[in-house]
Amino acid sequence: MRDHLGRPLVAVTGIGAVTSLGFGVQDNWSRLLSGQSGIRHITRFPTDHLKTTIAGCVDLPEEKGGEPFTSPVRVERMASFAMEEAVAAASIGSKGNFPGPLFLGMPPVELEWPDRFALARQAGDPSYAAMVEATAGRRDIYETYLFGGVGERLAARFGTRGAPISLTTACATGASAIQLGVEAIQRGECTACIAVGADGSVHAEALIRFSLLSALSTRNEEPEKASRPFEKNRAGFVMAEGAATLVLEDYEAAKARGATIIGLVSGCGERADNFHRTRSNPDGRAIVGAMKNALDDAGLAPGAISYVNGHGTGTPENDKMENFGMRAVFGENAPPISSNKSMIGHTLSAAGALEAAFSLLTIRDQRLPPTINHDEPDPTITLDVVPNVARDASVKHVLSNSFGFGGQNVCLVLSGEPA
Amino acid sequence: MTRKDVVITGIGLVSALGEGPDAHWDALSSGAKPVVDEASYAPWTVHPLPALTLDAQIPKKGDQRQMEPWQRLGTYAAGLAIDDAGARDLVADMHLIVAAGGGERDVPLDEQVNAELANGSDIQSQGGARLNEMLATGLRPTLFLAQLSNLLAGNISIVHGVTGSSRTFMGEESAAADAVRIAHARLSEGRGEIALVGGAFTAQRWDMLLLYRGHDGMWQGPHRPLSERQAMILGSMAGFLVLETEESARARGARILARLDAVASDATRRTAPGEAAEAARNLLPRVAPEGVDTVISGASGDPAAWAEEEAFLSGLDAPVRRPANLIGHGVEGAFPAHVALAALALSRGGFYPAMDPADPGADAGDAAAPSRILVTGFGQWRGEALAALSRAEKN
Repeated sequence: MRDHLGRPLVAVTGIGAVTSLGFGVQDNWSRLLSGQSGIRHITRFPTDHLKTTIAGCVDLPEEKGGEPFTSPVRVERMASFAMEEAVAAASIGSKGNFPGPLFLGMPPVELEWPDRFALARQAGDPSYAAMVEATAGRRDIYETYLFGGVGERLAARFGTRGAPISLTTACATGASAIQLGVEAIQRGECTACIAVGADGSVHAEALIRFSLLSALSTRNEEPEKASRPFEKNRAGFVMAEGAATLVLEDYEAAKARGATIIGLVSGCGERADNFHRTRSNPDGRAIVGAMKNALDDAGLAPGAISYVNGHGTGTPENDKMENFGMRAVFGENAPPISSNKSMIGHTLSAAGALEAAFSLLTIRDQRLPPTINHDEPDPTITLDVVPNVARDASVKHVLSNSFGFGGQNVCLVLSGEPA
Repeated sequence: MTRKDVVITGIGLVSALGEGPDAHWDALSSGAKPVVDEASYAPWTVHPLPALTLDAQIPKKGDQRQMEPWQRLGTYAAGLAIDDAGARDLVADMHLIVAAGGGERDVPLDEQVNAELANGSDIQSQGGARLNEMLATGLRPTLFLAQLSNLLAGNISIVHGVTGSSRTFMGEESAAADAVRIAHARLSEGRGEIALVGGAFTAQRWDMLLLYRGHDGMWQGPHRPLSERQAMILGSMAGFLVLETEESARARGARILARLDAVASDATRRTAPGEAAEAARNLLPRVAPEGVDTVISGASGDPAAWAEEEAFLSGLDAPVRRPANLIGHGVEGAFPAHVALAALALSRGGFYPAMDPADPGADAGDAAAPSRILVTGFGQWRGEALAALSRAEKN
């Protein structure tokens, strides 16, 4: 079976998810549908002097009572959990032997403070020169913090084929990973692959850096109320952690092996913005272009989209621009849009993958997850944001938006299995 | 699916030897000596960046201030490539893939925090509170953006207007090879007509030395030839390529430097000697079924990767040149820079004299004018990659 451009259809045969709402697709999805928030006070490290002291942390059982894991370790563990779940659901390959490549969306990683302190202590000297000397023979540091390290370890554990590709397109990272996987299947490079988005960057320095960009909500006293996409009193996003994995397959190959088809990735569109490092062009060109490109790639008219899983970060700027872009693409008859981030926060590199997974479940269950914390409508947001309560809907195709710092915008179209 | 031929119409090349095609062709043709800084980071020798006229490629001072040297270098070299391709009017639909490492940390601030807290109380209690305080008052907002890996691509979009799409791959040498591979594959299958791909690396950084030092493969002391040290000396460099479908290049009358025939990659676990060499042998028929005339090797100096590559190269019977002896190892910048050097040689109808005393076939006679060049990339830790380029017919 081929799409309108003569390319193989790309099916999703397994998904896996972990967020602050829980481990596993089922817990996450039921909690999203019931409008629960995973945003809490941070307890993993001291939050004195931080403007924002809340996040959607995924605290791993293995680190309980000990030192918190560093970001690359956290990313690897969460990605691994989501991969296990997705590969098991897809019933593909055998243990440690997945028949295709790995595309891993993840954050950049670097040596963290506990390592720096330990090296400086060992050297008896706080300087970089001394720390460099003290890293002699420390292959553990090298392999932990190499950008290719997490991907290599996951590739080894799951036995994926070829060179794993690790990538970052800021807040669009997870969607970019899926897009790379879709393209690999479309070009016949493989019949199956794993696409992952994972992020575990909640630590003090990251919070401070995002705070310096005035990007984060500081509604610390009511964590579960802090993420307010599309709402009048929204005042920034809430950092969060998580991971999602999609097993992508050539539709015909998946059918031939009797796999259960969860849905299709039927279109991918991207467009870069050249306006500003952290803001989109007021003319909306790039986000509108990304949405239109995704629809064109899927061969669909805007009217075929019955729901949009929004980027919806809860920053004043993003939600305003997303509303604008939606109107530009869909006109008067814009479909409902909701933001998973109202409940799980902004999982950054994982967001695009998590939201694609939840979009597929929306189609499977014909039920729209809500945008919670919708207390006071913003008169400038004119869209139906599925306020506060999930609802049934007839959904065939979903558009999932991801717009990143640095102007990297990716939109995906997720669809039900063809009749 | 019909595959379109892909050609290289522009290169942006910066290394310690200088910037641009002419500087590199002239220096490498005349037996250049490596340019090194043996003192600033002693005992770690590095190949420093040449002086760049940043204003020529990043005209707004405000843009320059938003970046640190790594992003400036990459943005600069990307501009050189676009100019070299005469493609300034094609940037709106130009696709972009960057292979990126991390941007610069605030080294004085890190050292100040270390000095106060490394020996102090538990980072999970009072020490952590003080760390927060020091970072909250010490970190500069611009440095966050300068540090973000995907912001090299972001800056290329902002400064040069490249907006077709933007992707950033991470993962050292492999990331760069796969960036070139995927940019090539996408053009070949008709996803766009023109793409910019490359990477940059700044070696004059303590934070990079801190990462790479944990590996056993770093050279200490004054520069020695690559083949005699078999260890890495890091080199600042950037390589950017404008790739284009041959159709598009010919239609607009662009000068074609070379054909990019094929790129292939793999990543073995390297659990046993010979695995990486075997992987490369398996890739070879996919990129160069008819063989190659000469090789530009991505040898970093890492001893284990060196042995694997030597085993692979010994079966090729083609003269080999190892740029890392002269310009150092540029991690994410290396593979695209080496592809650029191959394209340069093919466009000039010549090749380079020996770059290392051990280069086989060192007398240039047998490699005077190759029509097909293989570029290798054996990552210092993981990743095997090959690219094949061939001479293009004149327009």
